Amino acid sequence: MKGNIYIYILVMAVVTYLIRVLPLTLIRKPIKNQRIRSFLYYVPYVTLTVMTFPGILEATSSVYSGAAGLLAAFLLAFFGASLFQVAAGACGIVFLLELFL
Amino acid sequence: MKKVADGSWYCRGIRDGIPIALGYLAVSFTLGIAAGNAGIGSFPAAIMSLMNLTSAGEFAALGLMTAGAAYMEMAGTQFVINLRYLLMSCALSQKISPDLPFFHRLFMSYGITDEIFGISAAVDGNVNPFYVYGALTVAVPGWTIGTWLGAASGNILPPRVLSALNVAIYGMFIAIIVPPARKEKVLAGMIGVSMAASLLAARLPLISQISSGMRIMILTVLIAWFGAVLFPIHEKESGEEEQKEQRKEVFSDER
Repeated sequence: MKGNIYIYILVMAVVTYLIRVLPLTLIRKPIKNQRIRSFLYYVPYVTLTVMTFPGILEATSSVYSGAAGLLAAFLLAFFGASLFQVAAGACGIVFLLELFL
Repeated sequence: MKKVADGSWYCRGIRDGIPIALGYLAVSFTLGIAAGNAGIGSFPAAIMSLMNLTSAGEFAALGLMTAGAAYMEMAGTQFVINLRYLLMSCALSQKISPDLPFFHRLFMSYGITDEIFGISAAVDGNVNPFYVYGALTVAVPGWTIGTWLGAASGNILPPRVLSALNVAIYGMFIAIIVPPARKEKVLAGMIGVSMAASLLAARLPLISQISSGMRIMILTVLIAWFGAVLFPIHEKESGEEEQKEQRKEVFSDER
């Protein structure tokens, strides 16, 4: 390693924090433009979906247990389970299934 | 000025932060192992996690550190991989009270991770910063201690347990996006399109070479923009404005 590790960490932290802090401190009024409002309304759903799929299929030791976790989470969420219940249910299914895979 | 501090928001944040903390523990444990393999001590690895709270960025950083990259190169890589937080921060700026004091904005910003942003976006009406602080109270130790344990001990958690915990975060994302999609057909359609596009982007040559953080960002901008052009939201129909009004009334009643 050529650089100092703590300088590396500091550089990372500053860049990452600036990305996070600038919009939240600079945009201090409700945005009126309907197109931008709609865009920002859709952002969380699209970004969470893109992060979940196909990532979840590769997160576990087998594609099948990942797919089972996805299905379990979908069903639990569809029928109104809480955040914790959905997450725990998905983990539980993967754990059980991988005992047999 | 309204009082911002709120115990019930804080507790709610802790409650919703627990699955995040479990998921973080699994992911950061893997990160810690990778840090150990890269020759980074458990202490600096834990400091890195505490100061950055970003999995993709930290994994990439390990490679750069071992390669002895220039500091500017580190800055550039982190910028590209983490640029999606800019988008999340913009979205979050519309989910908080316009008169929220500056220092709360400074503190909240530290907590803009994929997961904490996800639960914050799912809150009805405005998010109280103490919701984010509650989630951070459990999620940050999960992330930091997990990294430290992974780097210090290598393999103390059985791979079977890690594999199962790895889906906790995804389960949470699903719990956030499915209920509203059940009520709004447009959202359900957007989620379907996002899944297809994401699968394609992960498989296609060239596009799949782009770093995952950047890919998420590009797909999000493209798809959310298409959604905004084709299906602009009508505040009255979605009832968002009404909810905000109701919240304000509730708030003024309380004070």
